[in-house]
Amino acid sequence: MAEMLDFLGKILPELYRGLLTTLQISAVALLLGLLIGIPTAMLRIYGPRWLRWIATAYVELFRGTPLLVQLFVIYYGLPDIARALEGIGVAAPFLVLSQLASAYIALGLNSGAYQAEYLRSAIQAINTGQIMAARALGMSKLQAVTHIVLPQALRLAIPAWSNEVAYMVKYTSVVFVITVPDLLARGQFLISKYYKPMEILLVVGVIYLLVVLGLTSVMNQIEKRTRIPGLHMETERA
Amino acid sequence: MDKLPDIVRSLPYLLQGALLSIAITVLALISGFLIGLPLALLRVYGNKAASSFAQAYSVVLRGLPSLVVLFILFYGISSVIKIPPFLAGCIALGFCSSAYQMELLRGAIQSVSPGQMLAARALGMTQVQAITAIVLPQALRLAIPSWSNEAAIVIKDSSLVYAVGLAELLRRSQQVAARTYQSFIVYSLCALIYFTMTFVTNRGLDRAEKVFRLPTPMEEAH
Repeated sequence: MAEMLDFLGKILPELYRGLLTTLQISAVALLLGLLIGIPTAMLRIYGPRWLRWIATAYVELFRGTPLLVQLFVIYYGLPDIARALEGIGVAAPFLVLSQLASAYIALGLNSGAYQAEYLRSAIQAINTGQIMAARALGMSKLQAVTHIVLPQALRLAIPAWSNEVAYMVKYTSVVFVITVPDLLARGQFLISKYYKPMEILLVVGVIYLLVVLGLTSVMNQIEKRTRIPGLHMETERA
Repeated sequence: MDKLPDIVRSLPYLLQGALLSIAITVLALISGFLIGLPLALLRVYGNKAASSFAQAYSVVLRGLPSLVVLFILFYGISSVIKIPPFLAGCIALGFCSSAYQMELLRGAIQSVSPGQMLAARALGMTQVQAITAIVLPQALRLAIPSWSNEAAIVIKDSSLVYAVGLAELLRRSQQVAARTYQSFIVYSLCALIYFTMTFVTNRGLDRAEKVFRLPTPMEEAH
């Protein structure tokens, strides 16, 4: 028992640092995803045909391919483009990304596609009569969307969005394949150091589980707080 | 661009990798279903202990990253019994999928009206008979749309076994990329193959749903 606690004392500080990286990547990617997801969802519903088409292609492409492959295209693939551009005299050093930046961008773009879908179904759940009413009251289409539709849709999207938070924390674990020092990568490092794969993986698993369950219960609270009284009845009928 | 013929020559190698990915997916889905269905039944019809066991199983497995489950089971399975890494990978992926399949099957089972179970029992069927003859034939049909989602997710997650060293599509793409120094083209090609697989799966199961849909509208489902 004492031996076990001793071992835990040795590995926990390292895992804690990994956890911070995992949470940092999750937070950045979720935020990036939100910043991409909102305009994408709007474009898919209200945009002109060609923009709708581009937004749909982006969403389908990122939802239809594995995150790991997206990560590889961005981390290993983009430098190829930079080299090709250099060949024709265009310098594009911004295409050569560090591991961490690749992780942010891959996870952010991936999450953006999913968040756009959540938001799209939330927007579509809002009665179109509301936009007509807003237009009849003299609002522009943009005003109707930002003042009437989005304030409701963003709240309606919260349940789906809160699932995305838990998913994101779990999915960040793929970044260990490009040696970003997240929780899983630190665990792997400790395994090669102490050669106790099962023990360390179980500790890593427990940490993930606690974080995911903790975040889920926080998000459930937020869901309850932000629920619009009576609105769910309207969407049920629709 | 001079590497292009080289990449084209690698195409059969990549497509074989895609076949392996499909094999991994199918085996993982089947083992996930075989674990998930009994657990879903326990969750709905089991006594308190069995039901909470099934629930705990689902919470734990859905709260862990698939990669962590994969590593734990892969090491675990390989250290207990000697089976080929390919099978160990499939089964591990199946466990990851089982908790999600359990949840979607539970939803489908619960959307069959409980009155049907009562009616079946009143007609003298045992609970097992009622489940296999009345509830499941409807529930499994209802589960097809969410099951098709899960199938697409498992296709994508099959790329995770890359991390335990199986030579599936992603691993082979990496080999080709390393040989041709054309990462962007090769990984984009790899993405395209995955996209085709998830797309065809979704469309195929959409069709399956239409074919197997019950001719009468199911009022209870709404």
